[in-house]
Amino acid sequence: MSQDKAATTTPKTTGHNWDGIEEYTNPLPTWWIWGFYITFIFTVVYWLLYPAWPIGDKFTKGIPGLHTITYTAKTADGKEVEKTTHWNMRAKFMHEMNEHQADQKQWFDKVAATSFEDVSADAELMQFVNSAGKTLFSDNCAPCHQAGGQGKIGMAPNLTDDHWQFGGTYDEIHETIAEGRNGVMPPFQDTLEDDQITQLAHYVLSLSGEPHNPALAATGKTLFTGAGICFTCHGPDAKGNTAMGSANLTDKIWLWADIVGTTGQEAKVAEVKRIIAGGVNRGVMPTWEGRLKPEQIKLLTVYVHDTLGGGR
Amino acid sequence: MEATSSANSIKKSPLLNRQIPIVTRSVKGKFRTFKTAVMVIAYSVYFLLPWLPWERNSAASQAILFDLESRRFFIFNLIVYPQDIFWLAMLLFIAAALLFFTTGLIGRAWCGYFCFQTLWTDLFIMIERLIQGERPARLRLLKQPWNAEKIFKMGASHGLMVLISFWTGVTFACYFTYAPDFVPRLFTGAAAEAGYITVIVLTITTYVAAGLSREHICTLACPYARFQGVMYETDTLAVAYDVNRGEGAAGRKVPAKGLRTREERQAAGHGDCIDCGFCVQVCPTGIDIREGLQYQCISCGLCIDACNNIMDSVGFPRGLIRYDSEQNIASPAPHKPRLEWKRPKVLGYASALVVATAILFYNIGTRNDTEANVQQVRQPLFVMLSDGSVRNRYQVNIANKTEHEQRYELRVQGIPAAALDIGNIPEIRVRAGKSLSINAKVDLASDVARNTKEFSFVIIPTIADAEPVVVKTHFNSH
Repeated sequence: MSQDKAATTTPKTTGHNWDGIEEYTNPLPTWWIWGFYITFIFTVVYWLLYPAWPIGDKFTKGIPGLHTITYTAKTADGKEVEKTTHWNMRAKFMHEMNEHQADQKQWFDKVAATSFEDVSADAELMQFVNSAGKTLFSDNCAPCHQAGGQGKIGMAPNLTDDHWQFGGTYDEIHETIAEGRNGVMPPFQDTLEDDQITQLAHYVLSLSGEPHNPALAATGKTLFTGAGICFTCHGPDAKGNTAMGSANLTDKIWLWADIVGTTGQEAKVAEVKRIIAGGVNRGVMPTWEGRLKPEQIKLLTVYVHDTLGGGR
Repeated sequence: MEATSSANSIKKSPLLNRQIPIVTRSVKGKFRTFKTAVMVIAYSVYFLLPWLPWERNSAASQAILFDLESRRFFIFNLIVYPQDIFWLAMLLFIAAALLFFTTGLIGRAWCGYFCFQTLWTDLFIMIERLIQGERPARLRLLKQPWNAEKIFKMGASHGLMVLISFWTGVTFACYFTYAPDFVPRLFTGAAAEAGYITVIVLTITTYVAAGLSREHICTLACPYARFQGVMYETDTLAVAYDVNRGEGAAGRKVPAKGLRTREERQAAGHGDCIDCGFCVQVCPTGIDIREGLQYQCISCGLCIDACNNIMDSVGFPRGLIRYDSEQNIASPAPHKPRLEWKRPKVLGYASALVVATAILFYNIGTRNDTEANVQQVRQPLFVMLSDGSVRNRYQVNIANKTEHEQRYELRVQGIPAAALDIGNIPEIRVRAGKSLSINAKVDLASDVARNTKEFSFVIIPTIADAEPVVVKTHFNSH
């Protein structure tokens, strides 16, 4: 082998000689040279088929009609127009998106034509709901409800638990998404004394088994159903009313007051007092009708009800 | 002038001196017969196997079908799924161990008798002999100018090679699609694009590799050919020329007057090699085995056949070129060539081979037709419900590896049965070869939740004697 190597690397010269300086010759292999020529042929074919040469602010588009792409695009006013152009990456992308949209449409059509209950009972259709719902949810709902639908205390309700301020049936969830919701609680700092608010706070905490002062809570109870007029919205049993979105105060779930995240009776009382005194005016769910297609809203309804899984 | 001569000298340099085509002489003998037998069997299997029908419910009725679209690989009654990629790893390991084992024992047996490069080259050389004649006729044909005879003979032999390459490509594609449907579509222009690309690529590569490049693939391109040399030991049986016997003290010699019998030759100091050159002429890689073990040698044994025939005709004993170990050839008193298998390397590879094969077969034999895995939803990891209980959510993925639709029951183990909720899904049905993800919720009362760190999902196929699959998973709470 070493002999072979020596033989191939012995330099040959072109025979040119300038002042004793010789020029080596190392011709390229024939197959390599031919490969090089073939690239020339390739480029010419390429110019005929694809956009290639820039000319000012324009460019050559290949031979017209030789290599085209047809795709459907939406104009600004929502009309669908079919376009045929010379081959380019953008048109190719549009063409492929058309194909994918057609594939996806069958599934959306199926969701649109099926009742909520039947969609959720169809395990194969639910796979589509899981994946399409995840994308729709991430794009539209996640900014408030968070990526996993877990919500955020003080901002947006958790959609994975079983508490539904405005009702957890398919129809109620659908209405919430399509038409939006507005949950408001008036502030009581001007109508109630501070110690009355404290008593109410103890009562509210007692309803969900949180630490409280029983004596203060007992006074709070009379206020709740009396002068405090809390019962008009939250109901005499404090279980809330999904028709108006008043919270159920007897369960363990808190949206506006961070009770789970605070420790100690005093801090918890302060949290509840903050809500009673200041009220809630941020419980706004925007309306999605018009922004999302009906079948998308329907799919999201099933996604929230079954995939996120808090539906009741 | 200067430039041309230097170009010529480069062409003559040993590494690039491959312009002279190797025109091999045909030979008869036991190695040739073995090679032909291997060839007949291998080609029968390769070309006919895709046409073997096999009853299937969920795919085309073909015994061997690598269905890329449904991501299932049908091998008779075995259906391999992408999840079984471990089997492929085991198979590759077994193939490697088998190669090391045989190479250590009897040299490059793979190269000489079984490699597809060898098989197709062999076939194409046979075609050349059939159309153009034996070696001298082919050499004459190569030298003569391009007249009608040469054009016809060259065209016919290469045309036939292209045709065989084409059918090789078609057959390859048939393993990936239903053959009786694909082949007519291929010729009517109705087959899928991938089918045409496969056929064209395989046709070109087969023709170029076996019709034009031939031994260059083995000597220049093939990595296995090169690293097998490393596995040779002094005890390895290899195709070898008995240099002591062949050369004697005064070297090989063409039989001449007074040098015809063995006794005369030995008296004159000449060995048994009569320098007929047949061993070189039959060699598909064009080497002279008398120069010793070379990396180009694919150990096909044809030179052994050639030499034995000559030895028979001159009345000398056979085995001047034979399968023997380097050690034995070099010894002053060589014993009969024998398989030296009692070596740690050979035994080591053999045991690795046996163990790996056993594991693979055990694994295939005990595979469950139901595969399930559970993924816990991590966002949120757990959620508190209004009564203070804790909910965890899971995606339970069930794959049905049978050929029929299956029904499954999903249960939990280690926690109360009522804790599991799969929504409105009345029954879990998974189609043949498909998988399904089920949204499962598990609710545990807060005190139970606190003491539960793990539990299991049990997936029970509702057919008789099917093993349930138990998947352990975590439960999280505050």
